[in-house]
Amino acid sequence: MARMKFVCDAERCIECNGCVTACKNENEVPWGVNRRRVVTLNDGVPGEKSISVACMHCSDAPCMAVCPVNCFYRTDEGVVLHDKDVCIGCGYCSYACPFGAPQFPSQGTFGVRGKMDKCTFCAGGPEANGSQAEFEKYGRNRLAEGKLPACAEQCSTKALLAGDGDVVADIFRNRVVQRGKGAEVWGWGTAYGSKQAGQPPANGVKS
Amino acid sequence: MMRPVLLGAAVLVLAACGDKPQTASGVKSDEQPFQSVTGPGNAYNAPGWKAGDKTAWEQQLKTRLQNGQNEYNRIK
Repeated sequence: MARMKFVCDAERCIECNGCVTACKNENEVPWGVNRRRVVTLNDGVPGEKSISVACMHCSDAPCMAVCPVNCFYRTDEGVVLHDKDVCIGCGYCSYACPFGAPQFPSQGTFGVRGKMDKCTFCAGGPEANGSQAEFEKYGRNRLAEGKLPACAEQCSTKALLAGDGDVVADIFRNRVVQRGKGAEVWGWGTAYGSKQAGQPPANGVKS
Repeated sequence: MMRPVLLGAAVLVLAACGDKPQTASGVKSDEQPFQSVTGPGNAYNAPGWKAGDKTAWEQQLKTRLQNGQNEYNRIK
């Protein structure tokens, strides 16, 4: 199996924030933390584009590289997860992440910055699959239930795709061929290292 | 006079007593997702694959992705 990947199709995203709501509900994400959010570029201007952004589970994750306590690990499916029992809430990962994924709840005594929280690709954490301890710290483990992330599964326009990278890329490629435009996948090159993705369209090509 | 002050000081001093104990023992190894969810939560497991069968789990996710997120499959 190829590794798990996210793709957000900017041609389809309608900024409904359904993915954000699904994520918060499924994982019971605490107040002040948004694991996923929708970013709109050129808001209000004709041709504005929206994309849904969360942890992209990068191939060469910068958060893993900078973590001073080495709390991150990567699963066999390429999902970047972390151990909250090891995290010290220093915030280095937040500075390193190009997607702004790491979030810090103010839940501790005197409102101190808590343990880092981020998208888990609905894969939970190091605790036993589907256990109460895993749910309380990381949210639902849908992958172990044979399901895909809630944000993508409920996306009304299917702008957000999540799953096996090969299948996701195949679905997206088919769309681009059918509609004849919108081949740019924002964040794909940064997260997964493709040289061609994320580049501006060549002259004469619709975008 | 002193009582409110003492009470306030006690609240501040004892605030951290509500914190949950934390254990740091290095990164724990994670259970493979194809081992499925066992215990009370397994009622939510998607049907069509068997716990521990990696190939079946992978195929389940691929099928789910094609059926759920590829509308070109559904409109044909």
